[in-house]
Amino acid sequence: MRTLKFLLQKEFRQIFRDKAIIRIIFIMPVIQLLILPLAADYEMKNIKLSVVDHDHSEYSRQLISKITASGYFLLNDYSSSFDKSMNEIEHDRSDLIMEIPANFEKDLVKQDEAKIFVAVNAINGVKGNLGGAYLRTIIQNYNTEVRTEWVQLPRFSPETQIEVTSSNWFNPLMNYKYFMVPGILVILLTMVGANLTAINIVKEKEIGTIEQINVTPVKKYHFILGKLIPFWVLGLVVLTMGLTVARVAYGIIPTGSFFTIYVFAAVYLLAILGLGLLISTYSVNQQQSMLLSFFLMMIFVLLGGLYTSIDSMPEWAQWITKFNPVSYFVNVMRMVVLKGSNLADISKDLLIMGGFAVVLNGWAILSYRKRS
Amino acid sequence: MSTDKVITAEQLTKRFGDFTAVDHISFEVQKGEIFGFLGANGAGKTTAMRMLCGLSLPTSGKATVAGFDVYKENEKIKKNIGYMSQKFSLYDDLTVKENMRFYGGIYGMSDKQIKDKTVFILKHLHLESEGNKLVKSLPLGWKQKLAFSVAIFHEPEIVFLDEPTGGVDPVTRREFWNMIYQAAADGITIFVTTHYMDEAEYCNRVSIMVDGRIDALDTPSQLKKTYEATSMDEVFLKLARKAVRNAD
Repeated sequence: MRTLKFLLQKEFRQIFRDKAIIRIIFIMPVIQLLILPLAADYEMKNIKLSVVDHDHSEYSRQLISKITASGYFLLNDYSSSFDKSMNEIEHDRSDLIMEIPANFEKDLVKQDEAKIFVAVNAINGVKGNLGGAYLRTIIQNYNTEVRTEWVQLPRFSPETQIEVTSSNWFNPLMNYKYFMVPGILVILLTMVGANLTAINIVKEKEIGTIEQINVTPVKKYHFILGKLIPFWVLGLVVLTMGLTVARVAYGIIPTGSFFTIYVFAAVYLLAILGLGLLISTYSVNQQQSMLLSFFLMMIFVLLGGLYTSIDSMPEWAQWITKFNPVSYFVNVMRMVVLKGSNLADISKDLLIMGGFAVVLNGWAILSYRKRS
Repeated sequence: MSTDKVITAEQLTKRFGDFTAVDHISFEVQKGEIFGFLGANGAGKTTAMRMLCGLSLPTSGKATVAGFDVYKENEKIKKNIGYMSQKFSLYDDLTVKENMRFYGGIYGMSDKQIKDKTVFILKHLHLESEGNKLVKSLPLGWKQKLAFSVAIFHEPEIVFLDEPTGGVDPVTRREFWNMIYQAAADGITIFVTTHYMDEAEYCNRVSIMVDGRIDALDTPSQLKKTYEATSMDEVFLKLARKAVRNAD
């Protein structure tokens, strides 16, 4: 115990003496939490639309003004030549082309049907897809309006219509910040935990002090605990700051209890610190450990269910996410914050995370050798 | 514990794959002796030393340090030795006092012992006013002397020094050797590797390693006689020229 006291004292002294590390630990997460959720906006706005109008009728103008009034689209150009609009897309000045054929109004009124052509710039697939979908919805609405205007009696309606109404549970306004902020907090915690631990130990390897420790009677588990405990504490501090930012800046107050979040975070941090430890035992210098953790972090983030829903991934990718600790914490965070889940609801995730912690730390301890 | 032999090595060998870094070396070191461990770069000195310190597991052969077996009792050995590696081994971002407190603490010294010893060493090194300075702010010569003081802070039986005076000016080297003599007089056995042949003259006995083997082991004066040389430099050159292994 006394040995551990000396190790911890030394570690905390070094951490608090390194101004750069302190900045990374305490300021970066706050800044990132303030910036990232605002940028990672899933609602597409400012979709640049090119309209090719061959009809120039009252109906076509009505449709266009309806689209621009929706607030999602910016009318980039209004022309009567498809090639000209295509040119806009080729120069990336436009995301969508809507071509209104000649006789649009006539067909709509006389034949009860009209065709509109929509071309999507799919270089930014997400934007293109969402833009196309928004546009379709608006056109459909417009269609309904026109129909009710012309077909006065419902029984003359040539087809029955099914209207789908939906309500969003747990996040009624579909405020994307409610699920992005907790997720981003998880990523930040992961980066602080894994990277800092790995770099810290590898730094001792580089300057040779680890060898000095290895010739002392310090026990392996003392040394590892001396490294884990400080970063575990720091991780919980970062979490606290993150939750504070979420509350102050975004008004996010977990529906569930803070206790549940902290219990899971405590176990999660153990797993992540174990990962950092493992990275450090396989790296000789700081570059190697940085690259390794960067590589892992990319996979963790992209397959973590933060930006893309895990349910929509192919089955093999879903299997990979089962080995990704981040995906569990992102899920648990959202469950607790949005749905108000309690410890019993997340017990399975908690158990799995405990397994991660045991395996990663065990592996790291086994591969850390005082003697080569 | 056996009489006054603090280190014994018998046919001690370390192989890395096909490469035999240390090739069946045998020697003994007496208590209180200054034992010089010489050899060209890549001769296997550091590897041999690392095996004795419990940092590296021998491939074959026997060895004891402070009466403990290097295979099974390496953690017991560690309580009884000090070690100063080629790389500078103090924490740059801790102060002089904090380094002493840390190393004293992990060797299980009490707060009182640590405090007394710190005062004593700082006074001895005339560094009283530098105690609260960060180690990185000190000049190299002071750092080396400090590293040595920290290596013997817990008063070990044996201290292993791996090229302790590399890159240090002649005056500081001289002072460093005075510290070594002082430690030896206090009963600490010194096991030191070096490239400087004038330093070899300061040792009680010297072994010279060539290509992983010990080719000569005797007092400096006896070695000069055997090899009909006027200085240790000449002895070393005569022996080291036979080396086939390239320097690292």
